[in-house]
Amino acid sequence: MKHERLVDILQSLSNVMSTSGDESEMRRALRPLLAGQVDELRVDSLGNLITLKKGTGESQLRVLVTAHIDEVGMMVVDHTPDGALKVQAVGGIDDRLLPGLNVCVGKEQLPGVIGIKAIHHSSSRERLKAIPLKELSVDIGAENRKEAQRLAPVGTRVTFSTQAHPLGELIAGKAFDDRAGCTALVALLHEEPFPFDLYGVFTVQEEVGLRGARVAGYAVAPAVAFVLEGTIADDLPKKEDVGPTSQIGQGPVLTVMDRSYISAPWLLRYTVQLAEKLGIPYQFKQPGIGGTDAGAIHLTRGGVPSLTLAVPCRYIHGPISLLKPADLEATITLTSAALRHLTAEQLANN
Amino acid sequence: MNLGLLTQLTQAFGPSGYEDKVRALIQEHVAPWADELRTDPLGNLIAYHRGNGKGQKIVLAAHMDEIGVMVSHVDKEGYLRFTRIGGVYPLHCIGSRVRFADGTHGVIYLEHREDTSPSPKLTQLYIDVGATNKDDVPVSVGAPAVFVRPLVQQGERLISKALDDRIGCYILIELLQQVQDSPHDLYFLFSTQEEVGLRGARTAAFSINPDMAIAVDVTITGDTPKALPMAVTLGDGPAIKVQDSGMIAHPKVRQLLVDAARKAKVPYQLEVLRGGTTDAAAMQLTRAGIPSGALSIPCRYIHSPSEMVDSEDVANAIKLLAAALA
Repeated sequence: MKHERLVDILQSLSNVMSTSGDESEMRRALRPLLAGQVDELRVDSLGNLITLKKGTGESQLRVLVTAHIDEVGMMVVDHTPDGALKVQAVGGIDDRLLPGLNVCVGKEQLPGVIGIKAIHHSSSRERLKAIPLKELSVDIGAENRKEAQRLAPVGTRVTFSTQAHPLGELIAGKAFDDRAGCTALVALLHEEPFPFDLYGVFTVQEEVGLRGARVAGYAVAPAVAFVLEGTIADDLPKKEDVGPTSQIGQGPVLTVMDRSYISAPWLLRYTVQLAEKLGIPYQFKQPGIGGTDAGAIHLTRGGVPSLTLAVPCRYIHGPISLLKPADLEATITLTSAALRHLTAEQLANN
Repeated sequence: MNLGLLTQLTQAFGPSGYEDKVRALIQEHVAPWADELRTDPLGNLIAYHRGNGKGQKIVLAAHMDEIGVMVSHVDKEGYLRFTRIGGVYPLHCIGSRVRFADGTHGVIYLEHREDTSPSPKLTQLYIDVGATNKDDVPVSVGAPAVFVRPLVQQGERLISKALDDRIGCYILIELLQQVQDSPHDLYFLFSTQEEVGLRGARTAAFSINPDMAIAVDVTITGDTPKALPMAVTLGDGPAIKVQDSGMIAHPKVRQLLVDAARKAKVPYQLEVLRGGTTDAAAMQLTRAGIPSGALSIPCRYIHSPSEMVDSEDVANAIKLLAAALA
């Protein structure tokens, strides 16, 4: 896929509002992007968008590639007498980032602001500490509780309202975890058929516990699974020599072991050897951190060798994340190569 | 007691996810006695004994993996930072040696601490492989390592790294030879990734879909100075699991094991473990549910590099299980 088209898809998907459990807007955005590129498309009972791209028939393997379509955000849980919304987190949100932000409320995308006491009124001590989410509220300009309840009833989703845009060599936008992976999966599904049937699944509820992937993994029952992600790049200078989780510009981030799973050693070795052979950059994610849909998928049925490939992104789970399109492109290239060279013999020998 | 086999088993390299060397070793020892042998997608080794068609389908599980560490960062001076594979405690690490798959040895030590908390954090420890700078380090980020400690027999006691759960693997290997006449379809499951979340046993149990599952693993004892209260003593016989923090053993499985102990005339203890669990917890919840239980080998200093079991408990566990499966 051409660079401009890829960036265009990334930016448009980044702008979609799709917090965990309410991913309908992402499904709606993906359908036209997948039209004509897949042979089957269905939505399962949890909301996973399951596509099948039929293979050339050369191989009888069944391979799963996933990316999650949900994002972290907030949910309305109560209303104040003066018309503000009380919210709780959906997925891992850093409370320090919230005060003063623009947000988007509900399907109608009402603009909202996370209110905070004026600096004039706050003591110097208050200014030094993070305000917990439960003490913050979202202001949508409602006059009173009744109006707030009507505009944003309990259960209404609240997301960051960032619009994606270029930033030097990088792209800025919200929810690159995992719109980066979604973009990569769309690009893979646009490619020529693979030697085997490829199930491209856009999963739901990853951020709240790898939930969609668990049932999708069961339904597809693949021989091998690849999970496409946007992961933590913390490559800014640090006081101590303790190393980054991953770095922007160093290529796809391969998981060796995180809190949710251990990559099948042979699958990791095979992918690394392929990257070396083809001159594709890659890096290892610092072991022991985070978790991905692979954590759920590898435990489905009789077990599935799995590997996560991620695009390094700075400031994920916040209102603005940054990535380098070259990393996204290299992630697609490496995943595509790993798929195209995969054989049933490799599985049998490991 | 086949000390040679137990030495090989305990000294083999096999942190969670990287059990291939242990698997190859076990495969060699069970191949002559198994009707079928297979390795599944998560690396579990399953040795099958065909019954007479009138018995039950039973899984016996022992995990091949051991706790260890994995390199998370190599600094400019050539020191390694690491994360845990399974339940690794910082206090056990200090002064320990670790060995990587390629044979590289490292010493774990502690950086100078400003804080005076009794236990350091794992992030305050490092591995020294004797390198003088980053380029001199023979291993890289993502490399797993295991603790180094030989097997020693002293009287009836056996001391080694990784007796959790190579002692279970040993018992299953010996057991397979003794149950050649069992009427039951027996699946000897040498599982992977137990220490990081009972992962291998879960998927293997799904594939096998047995009528019953029994894990053979270690449990803590209450017989050391100022130990947590625990009614299990080293040398007083294998412990039949009543419950632990992950599972309540199925009463029928528990009773089967108690009856077998009486039949085989071996001493046994009943085990209630407050913290920790075994592969049986994962197997029990597979598919529509599998009646499960566990036979535990009392073990001191679990998850330290020097675990200690009693060889009589081991011998009695084999007799007990053989009686249960006859």
